[in-house]
Amino acid sequence: MTIKKNKPAFRLSKPHLLSIEDLSRDDIMGLLDLAEQIANLDPHKGQKKEVLKGLTQINLFFESSTRTQSSFELAGKSLGANVMNMAVKSSSISKGETLIDTTMTLNAMRPDVLVVRHFAAGAVELLAQKVSCSVINAGDGSHQHPTQALLDALTIKRAKNRFEALTVAICGDILHSRVARSNIQLLSALNARVRIIAPSTLLPPFPERLGAEVFTSMEEGLKGADVVMMLRLQRERMNDTHVPSEREYFKFFGLDAEKLAFAKPDAIIMHPGPMNRGVEIDSIIADDPRSVIQEQVQMGVAVRMAVLESLSKRMHEQQQGTV
Amino acid sequence: MVTKDTTAIALINAQLLDPTSDSPTPGGIVIRDGLIEQISGDLRRNAPKGATVIDCGGHILAPGLVDMLVYTGVPGKEHRETLATASQAALAGGVTSMVCMPNTEPVIDDVALVDYIKRHATDPGYIHIYPMAAVTKGLRGNEMTEIGLLKQAGAIAFTNGKDSIPNAKMMRMVLSYAKDFGALIVHFTEDNDLADPGVMNEGLVSSRLGLPGRPVEAEIITLERDIRLVELTGCRYHAAQISCAQSLEIIRKAKAKNLPITCGVSVNHLTLNENDIGSYRTFFKMRPPLRTEDDRVALVAGVKDGTIDVVVSAHDPKDADVKRRPFEQASDGAIGLETMLPALLRLYHSGDLTLSEIFRVVSHNPANRLGLKTGQLKVGYPADLVLFDPMTPWIVDPSLLHSKSKNTPYDNERMQGRVLRTFVAGRELYRYS
Repeated sequence: MTIKKNKPAFRLSKPHLLSIEDLSRDDIMGLLDLAEQIANLDPHKGQKKEVLKGLTQINLFFESSTRTQSSFELAGKSLGANVMNMAVKSSSISKGETLIDTTMTLNAMRPDVLVVRHFAAGAVELLAQKVSCSVINAGDGSHQHPTQALLDALTIKRAKNRFEALTVAICGDILHSRVARSNIQLLSALNARVRIIAPSTLLPPFPERLGAEVFTSMEEGLKGADVVMMLRLQRERMNDTHVPSEREYFKFFGLDAEKLAFAKPDAIIMHPGPMNRGVEIDSIIADDPRSVIQEQVQMGVAVRMAVLESLSKRMHEQQQGTV
Repeated sequence: MVTKDTTAIALINAQLLDPTSDSPTPGGIVIRDGLIEQISGDLRRNAPKGATVIDCGGHILAPGLVDMLVYTGVPGKEHRETLATASQAALAGGVTSMVCMPNTEPVIDDVALVDYIKRHATDPGYIHIYPMAAVTKGLRGNEMTEIGLLKQAGAIAFTNGKDSIPNAKMMRMVLSYAKDFGALIVHFTEDNDLADPGVMNEGLVSSRLGLPGRPVEAEIITLERDIRLVELTGCRYHAAQISCAQSLEIIRKAKAKNLPITCGVSVNHLTLNENDIGSYRTFFKMRPPLRTEDDRVALVAGVKDGTIDVVVSAHDPKDADVKRRPFEQASDGAIGLETMLPALLRLYHSGDLTLSEIFRVVSHNPANRLGLKTGQLKVGYPADLVLFDPMTPWIVDPSLLHSKSKNTPYDNERMQGRVLRTFVAGRELYRYS
């Protein structure tokens, strides 16, 4: 498939991608279309688009990550950027430098785009206010993970070819999940029917007002679902016990064949990873043909390339402006 | 002997606002030897001969504000605020007396430290500064301080800082023991076991921002408990800062039983709400947290109907270092000494409160509760006075604020109403230029 040459290049309306809330409907559709085009390119036919040539992308991860960081790295490199990974553990952040100071130091190196993950909600936004380049949120605390939601949407689109009237059940640790918050916003903006299923201790306050239907029983919540999205139980964010044991959690909220039977027969199974097999998802289900978990990873690179590309024009303009 | 007339100051052509009356009346005041010597409806002609005459230009002359809840950096955090800078900020805000919290390094839990504050507070350029002492050692909540000795040394009241005493038995002991000395216990009623690790009000906004919340139940459960214990012990008790509508109901019930209970609220909780946090603005991070707009409206009504006795600035200076951080990691607290009166005047301009109602809760009531002879325009009382124009519009420029720390939630906000002069014990220590 070739890209239509005469179509004007799609660009995001804002200089940063911090939250799904920042995206207009046009932004969302534009990003998904662009990502789909990229996903359809044959990597062996040399159809590389070097739209980031001459630009510097810094991946700044304050929280460990394998798939998101490598996905952004691959996306940046595929588009011709110079990609640098900041190893936070060995940098001055661990020597007590504040986030703002670190940011100002990095800003002085004139990167064109910063990809940031931080364990505190709002940290990426704070950083974006202080730098002159574009910032992409790669996950901030329990707040937002916009590229994950976009890649989930793209995966759903490819499997189901629509969002309207599609029932998406997001199950598990909603309280601590930035993936859930971004997905609820994005999928409801696309007119899908979003449900959240979790024990009450893992639901945020006023869950019903977040834009999703709330269930505390998997059997009820999964009834007639087209998409079953499992979330990881985030032990590291729990200061105290929210569930008594993993085996009890698995019994009532883990996805197994029995519970999955309540969903539609052609329901797809998703998980943002990393998975805790036997905690929130039965190992057999994770490898079931209905599972699109590997596809999600693949779409991750395409979506991140689309995000970078949609910001690239502004990056080039910014660079020329500063020379 | 000094001739009397030359030591007198006559403040003429003012609107006199005494919190015990309903509205300002035209008149003037003669100050001599630091005291209010004469209050008159017509001083223009009757001013003592030779007295320094100050024309108040028809502006409002009221008793200076008594701020019951101020954090300074003394001792230990002088880079945030000294008694001198706090005093300057207070003067510019019309505050003439303030009570300092013992959340310092070291904690003011010892006679020597109360004495230290007392001695440093005597500079003639300062407002009246009163130390509040810790009620438990190190504010740890598990070992009582020497309440009797501390009171003798000059501790005006006792508190456990920003944290409540978690153990009900310990709280009972404190109240029983403090009662014997007639001490006032100023308690923050937030159960940290229930509230932590929350960083803002628990609700829809916290859900959306992905921030852990502090539920109102953490405040009301402790408040209910405390009131039962006050009923049991009869100790004088002041809930330092309530923040939600439900707490008002509890206080109303307790007052109906004639318990020795009063309560306070911060000016922030009367003029701001959780939505002001917007996109993680840390200058709005406070403890107790800013609540919903419904709570704010209820609190304003609580001031109006007298359920709330005292409004404080909860002045809490924090440097950029601890404020300019991701919301969860940022320190809580906001400065407020200088902006308390202008911020409260918003409620005057909106028609929610009268000037008398405002001065009752910022001057008369706190003075009464603390047993201080101030907070009224009354002959024989110290001339702690503020002259202000409630109409002057201005914009808060943090760099022009007198506090050493600039963490104001009213950053670049519009205000209407400005302090023109502040007198402490008859001496003019501030004049707006």
